[in-house]
Amino acid sequence: MGSTTLKTLLMATSILASAGFAHAADTTLTIESWRTDDLAIWQEKLIPAFEAKNPGIKIKFAPTPPTEYDAALGARFDAGSAGDIITCRPFDKSLEQFKRGNLSSLKSLPGIENFSPVAKAAWSTDDGSDTFCVPMASVIHGFIYNKDAFDKLGIAVPTTEAEFFAALDKIKKDGTYIPLAMGTKDLWEAATMGYQNIGPNYWKGEEGRTALIKGTQKLTDADWVAPYKTLAKWKDYLGDGFEAQTYPDSQNLFTLGRAAIYPAGSWEISLFNTQAQFKMGAFLPPVQKAGDTCYISDHADLGAAMNAKSKNPEAAKKFLSWVASPEFADIYANALPGFFSLSSTPVKMKDPLAQEFVSWREKCKPTIRSTYQILSRGKPNLENETWVESANVINGTDTPEVAAKKLQDGLDSWYKPAK
Amino acid sequence: MSTADYTQSDTGQDKRTRRWHILVFLLPAVIVYTAIMILPLIETLRLSLFNEVDGHSVFVGFGNFQTLFGEPRWSASFWNALRNNFVFFLIHMLVQNPIGVALAALLSVPKLRFGAFYRTALFLPTLLSFVIVGFIWKLILSPIWGVSPYLLDLVGLKSLFAPWLGRPDTALITVSLISVWQNVGIPTMLIYASMLSIPEEVLEAAECDGITGWSQFWKIKLPLILPSIGIISILTFVGNFNAFDLVYTVQGALAGPDGSTDILGTLLYRTFFGFQLQIGDKSMGATIATVMFLIILTGVCIYLFAIQRRMRRYQF
Repeated sequence: MGSTTLKTLLMATSILASAGFAHAADTTLTIESWRTDDLAIWQEKLIPAFEAKNPGIKIKFAPTPPTEYDAALGARFDAGSAGDIITCRPFDKSLEQFKRGNLSSLKSLPGIENFSPVAKAAWSTDDGSDTFCVPMASVIHGFIYNKDAFDKLGIAVPTTEAEFFAALDKIKKDGTYIPLAMGTKDLWEAATMGYQNIGPNYWKGEEGRTALIKGTQKLTDADWVAPYKTLAKWKDYLGDGFEAQTYPDSQNLFTLGRAAIYPAGSWEISLFNTQAQFKMGAFLPPVQKAGDTCYISDHADLGAAMNAKSKNPEAAKKFLSWVASPEFADIYANALPGFFSLSSTPVKMKDPLAQEFVSWREKCKPTIRSTYQILSRGKPNLENETWVESANVINGTDTPEVAAKKLQDGLDSWYKPAK
Repeated sequence: MSTADYTQSDTGQDKRTRRWHILVFLLPAVIVYTAIMILPLIETLRLSLFNEVDGHSVFVGFGNFQTLFGEPRWSASFWNALRNNFVFFLIHMLVQNPIGVALAALLSVPKLRFGAFYRTALFLPTLLSFVIVGFIWKLILSPIWGVSPYLLDLVGLKSLFAPWLGRPDTALITVSLISVWQNVGIPTMLIYASMLSIPEEVLEAAECDGITGWSQFWKIKLPLILPSIGIISILTFVGNFNAFDLVYTVQGALAGPDGSTDILGTLLYRTFFGFQLQIGDKSMGATIATVMFLIILTGVCIYLFAIQRRMRRYQF
């Protein structure tokens, strides 16, 4: 695929180069994004790399703060002043823009074939027939641990659930470290770092997730209640007062070396690298029995799309093809360790922790968070309910069975799976 | 008390000449108020009668209200929010306002030293942004870095400490008390002002009759500040049923744990603007806003017609 991309790029370049002579002016593409944190990476690494290969196209990265992005972008679409390239939120928010005709179909974009259907799921129509964003990055769930603590206590990296709880018991008995750095105050930690982190091993990743959408499985099935049963057991290994422990509290407990294991998302890597003074490692969500297939949550987080009303569609397409290329993947993933390229070509990561996370893709089956596609469209919102119930299960407010029943009842009240 | 009269609002509409300057002077305020208050209010009321069907706005009459009260999930979250809101209001009435009265009474003691300092210190939290207040208290009460478990430990009462903000049974009370801490300056100042306006002669007359100390407070001052307490109650009521900011900063938009701190304001926010994957629903949001408006309107009317009319006012 590399050669086809290159050919397209070369062809497009030559066309544009001649056009450039005729007009003697550069085409400027504006990128809309909520990733204000990425401004430096775009300006110092990505844009120069693209512009060097594509003379005549200038790129302007114009981010809006994350909380204002959706509203501001909507207003700019309405006013016809939105940028040429749109950074996509996963799932419904982008799908809505596509349905309104604000985003172009990228089904036939050269380079889109570099991505698997799971990677494209976040930006495809419900039936998967059309895709409107190029997947840029995903985040992977797992556990980050304090290597020094593990060495000191003589704990091997756990691979099965039994080993995981044995390790937790050992850390708790020793008493130097809080076994697990997680709180339930902010609710989403329990759902995202807890339920969605260990869950795929129980509901068998994509198999369970798609069955849930089809309606052949229910959240009250054993495979969906089981992760809650495990989560309920975590309670004894969390720090004192975990009910009021916030997400930054958990991060600090771990980076200050007071906790041994951190249920993580890979986006933590850059922050932890700068803050933690000890060696860190990462391990997969433990499987139930040795030899089981492992599943990981490799959740699509951002993509890039083309404004359907862009005045420079050819240049925009060329840029998106470049975003789909291994070159972009390599620069982006290494500049932002923890945000992994979704491209099927493996990217070599320079950061060892990030490399550990991304290496799981080779042995495990990836899936995305179960509540994100389709199932969170109605009221009550399944994702929000999952936050509340996951925290309830860990706090002991609800039993796993009650929590699962509440979620399924909420889903049943509005979701009718297609027959 | 020598003279007790009803005050009469003056009804001087006897001049026939048209006084255009009144209109001219009122106009800027009327225009601004209409543009930013009255029109949005009318628009909200209108929006609550419409819903989006297949991308078109359709008139549904009271359909949205039927959903809100009839559909079990909607009504469960609505009644939960309303109940929490009443608890929130009750705690303010039972804690904030009595403390406000007590502080005002102490501040108005003539021999008090450092009076100006106390006044400023008590009013200061009210001037702070709710974001700062929320953040400070989250830190104070944090079981990990917080100063409260440490202080309790110093006096050997560590066992009393609990992660109050994280427990469904204590979170609402804790948030209410934080709000009380922030807002107690307002009743204090209002009552302090009305206590200062009690004429010296009245108090001296009372002293001549042998009424001093506590009985002076109960028999002389309290009846005189009752109208202020009435105003404060209604301000508290309106403020509490419109509250949103503090809960949002302390407990987040989902008002956890388990929806235990969800009040009407946070419910409205989630419904109208959406949250995370939940997409905003303008019609249902407007419906909740309308119900909130009606609740506040009812409360204010009860106060105006049932209480304020019967309240005795004294004129000196």
